[in-house]
Amino acid sequence: MRSDTILEVRQLSHLYANGQGCRQIDLDLYPGEVLCLVGESGSGKSTLLDTLAGRRVPQSGSLRFRDRQGTFHDLIHGDTATRRQLARREWGHVFQNPRDGLRMNVSAGANISERLMALGQRHYGHLRAQARDWLERVEIDPARLDDLPASFSGGMQQRLQIARNLVTAPSLVFMDEPTGGLDVSVQARFLDLVRRLVHEHGLAILMVTHDLGVARLLAHRTVVMQHGRIVESGLTDQILDDPQHAYTQLLVSSIVQA
Amino acid sequence: MTVLIQARGLSKTFVLHQQDGLTLPVLHDVSLTLHSGECVALCGPSGAGKSSLLKALYANYLVQQGSLTLLHHGQMVELTRATPPQLIAIREQTLGYVSQFLRVIPRVPALDLVAEPLLPRGYTQAEARREAGEWLARLNIPERLWQLPPATFSGGEQQRVNIARGMIAPRPILLLDEPTASLDAANRQVVIQLIQEAKARGAGLIGIFHDQDTREAVADRLYDVQAVKLPEPTTED
Ligand SMILES: Nc1ncnc2c1ncn2[C@@H]1O[C@H](COP(=O)(O)OP(=O)(O)OP(=O)(O)O)[C@@H](O)[C@H]1O
Ligand SMILES: Nc1ncnc2c1ncn2[C@@H]1O[C@H](COP(=O)(O)OP(=O)(O)OP(=O)(O)O)[C@@H](O)[C@H]1O
Ligand SMILES: [Mg+2]
Ligand SMILES: [Mg+2]
Repeated sequence: MRSDTILEVRQLSHLYANGQGCRQIDLDLYPGEVLCLVGESGSGKSTLLDTLAGRRVPQSGSLRFRDRQGTFHDLIHGDTATRRQLARREWGHVFQNPRDGLRMNVSAGANISERLMALGQRHYGHLRAQARDWLERVEIDPARLDDLPASFSGGMQQRLQIARNLVTAPSLVFMDEPTGGLDVSVQARFLDLVRRLVHEHGLAILMVTHDLGVARLLAHRTVVMQHGRIVESGLTDQILDDPQHAYTQLLVSSIVQA
Repeated sequence: MTVLIQARGLSKTFVLHQQDGLTLPVLHDVSLTLHSGECVALCGPSGAGKSSLLKALYANYLVQQGSLTLLHHGQMVELTRATPPQLIAIREQTLGYVSQFLRVIPRVPALDLVAEPLLPRGYTQAEARREAGEWLARLNIPERLWQLPPATFSGGEQQRVNIARGMIAPRPILLLDEPTASLDAANRQVVIQLIQEAKARGAGLIGIFHDQDTREAVADRLYDVQAVKLPEPTTED
């Protein structure tokens, strides 16, 4: 593994019984980098993301992660306890549907504190202070600390997911269509927030999106998938302005302007 | 004089799979050298491939043939073989590009857009904003617009924001695609000055300037981009 990669994926496959999924994926992710996975519906983007995030077990290939201390972890053959610890401390996961990423029956503050508590923090006042701070950082009025997420708008729920994940200062965040359910102006606000947090915290983001405009504005690199495979990858502006693969050209030409 | 860019035998052909694999050659055997402190103006008729050459030098377009080396932190780096993180670092620190049009996240104020390239260089947000303000003022963007996202700005205002964003973090190499196209005479004069200051600090520039006055004011030499001469575009089968 190169010393500067945070995630190293080699020949990774996860196939469902019907033969669909993702296959023979090679990918390197670098610290502080935003990488977008794009491709048509059913091309295997979510399958790949979930497999990388440890939510699905690959049938073959290798997957390695380097933590902040520079220690490498084999995510396939390594032990489950370490993997769970990494997931809590080093990774975040933002889902398209906030119901999958938030606990809807507890307050916004409790949602943010949960990961801190899982890492052993117990001091009530301290937890609340951090939760309040993070609400502010994601542009939610801290007075809403004790409100249930269900009383939040869709855009606020997505920002709460961000707060809940980033409170433990992860180095890698997985996002699956995080702006899928948001209207355009709310989406712009979300993207602006993500962009700022990437700057401030140097985190790497792996984001699935069907929106090439989102990739254009946010991603350093873009990976194009078709039929479960990566067909093209490169700097985002190169992929969008000079696509090489027939499928990428189709994808780029079928949108108005990215 | 220090060589900043050495391009040899660059060729680029678009293959349009949507059009039955139509091939469209745009660059053929282009060789070009850029030294520090000089400005090279690309010229040639519309469609000759000037913008395409600039984009190839920025690794925005991929070339199929040729070698393209560039001085990055004291070493000549082959751009056609650089890894994505290398390219990102090269663009951040060495190679700037002012595109014809501004393309940015909708909600971000002009001031922050201009300040952004300074952040990876260790500026605090406040310092970066202060300097961004100086650039916007110099390019005659009224202060009442600074806190607004440029989406609603006029074409010329957007272009000036784009120039400020492209030039605020000094880089040794700067590529400019018609930076003065929609500017009035006074603002064109500002841009001419900015270019001359960049040259004076040793930067090398390659630009496309449709306006002859600007070109004569900044260019040390011209580079003629020849349209690729082929009998007819061919179709693969
Ligand atoms: N649990 C499953 N069992 C069987 N097949 C599945 C399962 N989940 C997904 N698939 C199939 O695997 C393929 C890839 O699905 P995946 O969800 O990864 O696609 P995607 O690229 O994320 O699509 P979308 O953009 O629609 O979310 C699809 O053909 C899908 O029908
Ligand atoms: N991404 C692309 N895909 C397909 N063809 C392209 C692409 N970019 C440029 N071309 C083609 O390459 C040729 C050269 O275009 P280019 O924009 O480089 O010309 P130019 O010299 O800058 O012209 P102008 O002076 O009008 O700006 C044109 O025929 C153009 O259509
Ligand atoms: Mg999906
Ligand atoms: Mg042009």
